[in-house]
Amino acid sequence: MAALLELEDVRARYGPVQALHGVSLTVDEGQIVAVLGANGAGKTTTLRAISNTVRREGAIRFAGNSVGRGGPDDVARLGIAHVPEGRGTFAELSVWENLRLGAYTRRGATKDDLARMSAYFPWIEERRNQQAGTLSGGEQQMLALARAFMQRPRLLLLDEPSLGLAPRLVTEIFRIVKDLNETEGLTVLVVEQNAHIALQLAQTAYVLEVGRVALSGPSAELQAHESIRRSYLGY
Amino acid sequence: MSELARKLGAVRQTRRSTVSTGVSLPVLALLAGVAVFLLVGCFTSTIFAQQTVAGLAQGAIFASLALALVLIYRATEVINFAQGELAMATTYVAYQLLQWGVPYWVTFFLTLVIAFVLGVVIQLVFIRPVQHRSVIAVVIVTVGLFILIDGLVTWKWGADLKFMEAPFGNTVYHVGQVAFSRNDLGVLLVSILSVVLLWVLFQFTKLGLAMRAAALRPAAASLVGVRVNWMLAMGWGLAAVLGAVAGLMTEPTQFLQPTMMQPILLYAFAAAVLGGLESPAGAVVGGLMLGVFLNLLGQYVGFATSELRLPIAFGVLLLVLLVKPNGLLGRRQVRRV
Repeated sequence: MAALLELEDVRARYGPVQALHGVSLTVDEGQIVAVLGANGAGKTTTLRAISNTVRREGAIRFAGNSVGRGGPDDVARLGIAHVPEGRGTFAELSVWENLRLGAYTRRGATKDDLARMSAYFPWIEERRNQQAGTLSGGEQQMLALARAFMQRPRLLLLDEPSLGLAPRLVTEIFRIVKDLNETEGLTVLVVEQNAHIALQLAQTAYVLEVGRVALSGPSAELQAHESIRRSYLGY
Repeated sequence: MSELARKLGAVRQTRRSTVSTGVSLPVLALLAGVAVFLLVGCFTSTIFAQQTVAGLAQGAIFASLALALVLIYRATEVINFAQGELAMATTYVAYQLLQWGVPYWVTFFLTLVIAFVLGVVIQLVFIRPVQHRSVIAVVIVTVGLFILIDGLVTWKWGADLKFMEAPFGNTVYHVGQVAFSRNDLGVLLVSILSVVLLWVLFQFTKLGLAMRAAALRPAAASLVGVRVNWMLAMGWGLAAVLGAVAGLMTEPTQFLQPTMMQPILLYAFAAAVLGGLESPAGAVVGGLMLGVFLNLLGQYVGFATSELRLPIAFGVLLLVLLVKPNGLLGRRQVRRV
């Protein structure tokens, strides 16, 4: 398997506060990779470094090419979809317009993709004219996934999809992510506080502690790991 | 596909009506009432009809400039105090082109193109560097632009009155006993047409959607690949185009001078607040209503002479801010997190 995304000694800071002290990680094509860690460990910053929404140092390679220091729009055009904290919903626009924005960087017809998207999110079609801000949290998360789907990315960056959602919805969201990964071959880098469900989903996981990779390896190994169990899984 | 998702959809469907954010019923009733009142008035009195059409023409100009203010307000969250002066400057550009012998309608479209470029350049050079600092910094920059543009135009063309070719002539049409000036009809047509074209751009094109997204949610927009900075600059360009339309349509009744757009900007401001500063449709409705209202008031209320037009417009503005701060069509923000 070839590496789709490689981070090498990536550092980032917010003003005087150093958030990442040199993070290196690899995401292979077709994989789901989870980034775990406590609050403030640098999980979100890692994703933001990849999509250039925070200034960073260190090398990031995507599909063999170095990712430049342009804006987030340039990264999106490389084929990386970032569903950020807060889900990036265009709350004032309709569901339909949110999806059209997902397909913004693409040329040509999107009709086929809309049909396929509807298979994953059957409720979206009939609610296309609803204002996106009036959707529930779970629906907004699904809309964010659908929007990312419309972007037809090679890599999906997913920031805490479980945040603020009922357990049943979390299971539902993760099931869809898994489905997208298996059926569409979508590579996913997901950041999660909910280590339990993230380790079930991902093949590989990284554990961040204060801006550094503390542990990494196949999910099954990490699940069995003594300190992970105690710190993140709670048994 | 998924039982849960389908159930969710079914539940939510029944709730859909309760979360709609459309225009409120009292406002709809008010607008309908105003429309009926004007229609009845127009059929019963010829003078009323004449004043209404003239008021609509005036109002269409307010609407164009008000819409320019709203476009920039939505994207930059400031009132562009230089909007009127920019409109005035582009009208001088048209004057210069006409002096060089360019035909009127060629001049018209050339001026719009120049206005667009000017708007984009102003955003890039003056606004972008201060945009991320604070709202007040941008406001001060627009006030500075006001003075700068005013000074440059006076320096180049002088402060005396200038005359331009009238685009629509002075013909008067008679329908029954009602006299409509061709100029009023032309102004109304051109202004409304530019507003409609802009609406089509924003509502039905990918570019327009991206511009709205960039203005509403710049961070999220850039994550889906929208070139946010360019979109914001284009927003200023389009606002300048609307301003140029307002300037060009004002000139035939006012003559050209550096101060000509200053009262219009104030009316446009009142119109934008009346309609709701966030609402493009509101700016248009507010502009038209204000134009007609002021004209009818001047006609039928003895003491409301032309000196009182601006104070009355500000009375309207104050009233709106006190009674309905969101304006007629300003949406309440409905959001669930």
